[in-house]
Amino acid sequence: MQRWPVLLFLAWACFLFFSGIGLFTSGFLLMRIELTNRSSCSDPLAAPAWAGQGVAPGACWMPQRVTKAVLLIIDALTFEFARFDPAKAQPRPYENKLGFLHQLAGSQPRHARLYRFRADPPTTTMQRIKGITTGSLPTFIDVGSNFASYAIEEDNLLGQLVENGRRVVFMGDDTWDGLFPQKFFRSYFFPSFNVKDLHTVDDGILQHLYTTVDGGEWDLLIAHFLGVDHCGHKHGPDHPEMAKKLTQMNEMLRSLVDHLANDTLLLVAGDHGMTETGDHGGDSEKEVNAALFVYSKTPLFGAHLPKEPETIPQVNLVPTLALLLGVPIPYSNIGEVMAELFSGDGGAGLAAFSQLLAYRINAGQVDRFLHSYSLAAQDLPAERLRYLRELFSAALEEHDRLLVQVREGLPASPKQEARLGQLVGRFQHYLREARAMCMESWARFHPLRMVAGCALIAASCLLCCVASELAAALDFSYRSRLLYPLLWGLAVAAVLGLAHLLTREGLDLILVVSWSAAASQLAFFWHSWGRRPRRRLRAWQGLVLPMGILFIRCCAMFSDSFVVAEARVAPFLLASLAILLVGKVHWHGRLTTLEAPKQSPGTAFYQKESWRLLCLLAVLLTCLRLSGLFHQCREEIPHCQPSPFLAPLSSLQSTQAKNLFYLLCVVSLAGLVYAVRCWLRHYGNLNSASPLVLFVRWAFPLLAVWIACYWAVTSGAEDTLGKLQELVQVALVGFPQAIYGLASLGLLLVLWTPVTVFVKDSRESVGPIVTPYQGAPSSQADLQHVIPQIYRRMQESLKTQLDRGHRRATLAAYGLGSVYSAALVIVLTLLGLLLLTLHSERMSLAFLLLFLEGFALLHHLEACSVTLVSLFLSEPFVVPWYAVTAWVFAATQFFYSTGHQPIFPAIHWHAAFVGFQESHSTHLLPAVLVGANTFASHILFAVGCPLLLLWPFVCEVPNSQRRKLKKELREEVQEEEEEPMMEMRLRESPERFSAALLQLGLKYLFVLGVQLLACVWAAMILRRHLMVWKVFAPKFLFEALGFMVSSICLLLGIFLVMRVDCAVSAWFEQLQPR
Amino acid sequence: MKDTEIKRLLCAHVISVLSIILTTIVPPLFLENFSVLGTHLIWLCICSICVTTVNIILYIILKPNPSSKRISFAHKVTRFLKCCVFFFISCILFHGIIVLYGAPLVESVLETFLFAVLLSTFTTLHCLCMLGPNIQAWIKVFSKNGAMSIWDNSLQITTMCTIVGAWFGAFPIPLDWDRPWQIWPISCSLGATFGYVAGLIIAPLWIYWNRKQLTYKSR
Repeated sequence: MQRWPVLLFLAWACFLFFSGIGLFTSGFLLMRIELTNRSSCSDPLAAPAWAGQGVAPGACWMPQRVTKAVLLIIDALTFEFARFDPAKAQPRPYENKLGFLHQLAGSQPRHARLYRFRADPPTTTMQRIKGITTGSLPTFIDVGSNFASYAIEEDNLLGQLVENGRRVVFMGDDTWDGLFPQKFFRSYFFPSFNVKDLHTVDDGILQHLYTTVDGGEWDLLIAHFLGVDHCGHKHGPDHPEMAKKLTQMNEMLRSLVDHLANDTLLLVAGDHGMTETGDHGGDSEKEVNAALFVYSKTPLFGAHLPKEPETIPQVNLVPTLALLLGVPIPYSNIGEVMAELFSGDGGAGLAAFSQLLAYRINAGQVDRFLHSYSLAAQDLPAERLRYLRELFSAALEEHDRLLVQVREGLPASPKQEARLGQLVGRFQHYLREARAMCMESWARFHPLRMVAGCALIAASCLLCCVASELAAALDFSYRSRLLYPLLWGLAVAAVLGLAHLLTREGLDLILVVSWSAAASQLAFFWHSWGRRPRRRLRAWQGLVLPMGILFIRCCAMFSDSFVVAEARVAPFLLASLAILLVGKVHWHGRLTTLEAPKQSPGTAFYQKESWRLLCLLAVLLTCLRLSGLFHQCREEIPHCQPSPFLAPLSSLQSTQAKNLFYLLCVVSLAGLVYAVRCWLRHYGNLNSASPLVLFVRWAFPLLAVWIACYWAVTSGAEDTLGKLQELVQVALVGFPQAIYGLASLGLLLVLWTPVTVFVKDSRESVGPIVTPYQGAPSSQADLQHVIPQIYRRMQESLKTQLDRGHRRATLAAYGLGSVYSAALVIVLTLLGLLLLTLHSERMSLAFLLLFLEGFALLHHLEACSVTLVSLFLSEPFVVPWYAVTAWVFAATQFFYSTGHQPIFPAIHWHAAFVGFQESHSTHLLPAVLVGANTFASHILFAVGCPLLLLWPFVCEVPNSQRRKLKKELREEVQEEEEEPMMEMRLRESPERFSAALLQLGLKYLFVLGVQLLACVWAAMILRRHLMVWKVFAPKFLFEALGFMVSSICLLLGIFLVMRVDCAVSAWFEQLQPR
Repeated sequence: MKDTEIKRLLCAHVISVLSIILTTIVPPLFLENFSVLGTHLIWLCICSICVTTVNIILYIILKPNPSSKRISFAHKVTRFLKCCVFFFISCILFHGIIVLYGAPLVESVLETFLFAVLLSTFTTLHCLCMLGPNIQAWIKVFSKNGAMSIWDNSLQITTMCTIVGAWFGAFPIPLDWDRPWQIWPISCSLGATFGYVAGLIIAPLWIYWNRKQLTYKSR
């Protein structure tokens, strides 16, 4: 049996998928690290005071220039909406509706100005709010300290204001509530979720806006209108409804301006634009092109009036607003101050100085941020950083020289003014370069990488499919199919590595890996071209059913509603597959006996086995339905109540209910352990005295008892135990750690001695017949001793002679027929108990259900394949496609039924603290615990995958017994020829066994890979979709991670089978000499 | 012989289709506020009753599987009672399967049950009319070579189309389109109805198309 080539081949296939995933992820998921540093007033960044400009008390970094500000965010206010073109004769519904802005800007050019406000992708509201408040470029994953909530951890404008004692009042979109919990002095939140609802949020704001403004109890007032955005989503911009909405906004602005005081700054901003269909989220011109309007009743701007509205990046709002309000700029800001707003009504010279000061502070802050960021992460290119550093220090030197001159009191000369202007230009240049660099590394999709990643995954799927076809043929040569492609891949990797070394460019590991993966794939296809075995049409017919269902499942990945509802889609499809299989068996008449005795000829009866099949189907469907009890909720599903089983027992109020549920959990745990023991005993794997069997006999119940004790400790209320508090703390840590320890001991034992076979030797013992006697049988006592021995010996020899008549003395090995699956079942139970500990108590019911469903599914598939096998496939070594598909669906279904959802807030973070009360020192252990909790069903089903191959052999016993019974009835003469071989049939043809394992692994990878491909594709195509960051991207991440976990566990499962095979070979060899 | 049979089949099916169409058109004339979507439960009842009556009348007129034996009146009555029991059991079975497929267990029980009744009318009632309360005959008909006449073939086709239609009807439920017909069980029952109508139309055409290949063993 070829063990290593099979494992290597599968590992190689996994590697191909991984490289595809990596490549796609590097193009799709933009990553950035969040720094937790905060700016404060005492930072030395504040420049030494300029002549004549002392920093006023209460303000920091720069004197406060406006006392109050109103920030109106009109969601999706595109620049096109805000601009007014009087020349247009027939404006479209969204054009020329905000006439009031135009009127203000026209009549008071020093008070009001309109800008193009460039949003940074991803243009989704939450990311944009983060951008407008932190001044950074939020990506999809901002790696921060806290994944569990959406709250902004980075330093931000609101945080700074609150810290400096300002009052921030908010009204509108309730997204802000999640982002800034407890930050607002007063707040009026309105639900933002229903996109179809155009008015709730806006009307709610209008109710409170004017009274709040007049009340004056605020320093910054933020109002976030959603109507325009929702109108875009519902009707698109080119719709009369949009005209109504914009007119309403216009009226709102008009009356708001009447209410404003003289020292108040009004900012009207769109957080992003929208496409022609009203969507946003991507980086197209229309989506990033928003509007910003600035107004104050005191003059703000210089006399200079630009022809066209200027374009300013969105992040520029943050430093500007911070310095205007006299608070420190948030630490991670990379925006640039809007200099015009600092000119004020002073003279030209003073204005220039105050602008320079703003730039100086801004540049210093950005430099400080880049420095700390480059210490925390390596994703900014080092060369660019060095170049920026040089720019900054040069500008700083020049600045200091100028400062000295001004201090010395030299008269302002035109030359000095020119130098001033130049210096401002240098700071500006520095800030823009810094921002451009950050943009390049944080905020850009790489379409080429995404497409290439997709192509790699698709090619890997194809490879799995082709290879699984080829593996069925016996002439599968690992040399041409595995060795050459591997060599090709290594060669390409080596060449690329050398090239990088020679050119001294930074080595992009992902690119190298994916190039080598692509090369090895090409080599594989090159070598297997033209060697396809011809399949008959009938064989293809068997594929229609599983592939059709799989196709439907893949299509479902492209709709956000179906991804949201996947918890119900997966069991629906699995149930359909199971029922259709039975229907197919029925259709081909395999359930009925044709020779119905003594009835009218047109009738048919079900066989006895058919009833078994129908019962299995019923059990399977019931399991599927019951597993729906354990679902977690997503916020997208209205009126959804999360399953009560998800909450820990300690959260239950009533003691009676708590006790009842505790009892139920313990019963289900005991049932699980007992069922496994029963199964093992049934197949005779509990008889031997090997360490593993002893472990199963004694440690399984012990594990169960410990888990029950742990539950008892955790579910008790904290205060009732009073004095035992310390003991409880010890138990909380001790029990889980003991469970981990014992379970890993068990896993090691399985690897060490996986054989659970009991041997009973009935051959002749070659000992002396009687004990040699010394001298003559002198006494009666001696005779009494000898005679029984002689009698026993005679009896034995007589018996063997009689036996020799038709059977030689044999070895009886109990449990040899199920030796492979026994090891797998033991491992699965251990893993199950381990994973169950990581979940909350009542999830043990879900795990019991998982094992039950797995068992029913295996039997169901076995029964179907036995009846269908003669129709489509001739070899029993081939696991049919529908079995693999059903197995994968069951894994997906139990991902949801163990209380998970593919969104970040639904991750069970508490799993990281099972057995570890304090915080962890490393990130690895909690990641492993949480990962194991999240992908529990993926792990179990992937490890158990080889059972699909083994089960038909295990189930051989009852069938052959039945056959035997029939035979005995008919002809009683030939009764001893057929012994059930069970899994030893696999050992008889080791070549086919290894090929079958390889084929099974490849099929499993294919089915998983096709789903992954659909997910990746959906994320790529729908990257402009409204729901991409809420639904598709998290789904992709979970699917990719699930794929990785599954494939690794699949390798482990197959490795385990091979280890058992090794051990069985050794066991046979040991048997030979005896 | 065969052509006349096919014509009779076609006639029967056209009448069935018309009756279903009439269930949507006629009731608004008598009932206020009636619409298929708005008062779906009433429509379900009307449709089930109408299809049942039409099927029974057609069966009495056409007698697709005439038996030569003379049947006593008492036998007829027991037969009818048996049919009723069978129908009821099939409703319960369908209800169970629908719930196992993911329909809510407690809330909207009535909707689910009426949907099960509708499915039973489209499938079981047909079987009862054609084959009588004889499970063995049913099992036989729904296998590869089990059809004994064109009536059996049409039975196979309409039943499968109904089930497949109901299955596809479940697909739009999770979508967020906010349409009135996405509410349980409207899309499924509409799917089943469309499937049934499609089956009624397809069956004679398919049989006509394949009339050369179709050979039936005698009973």
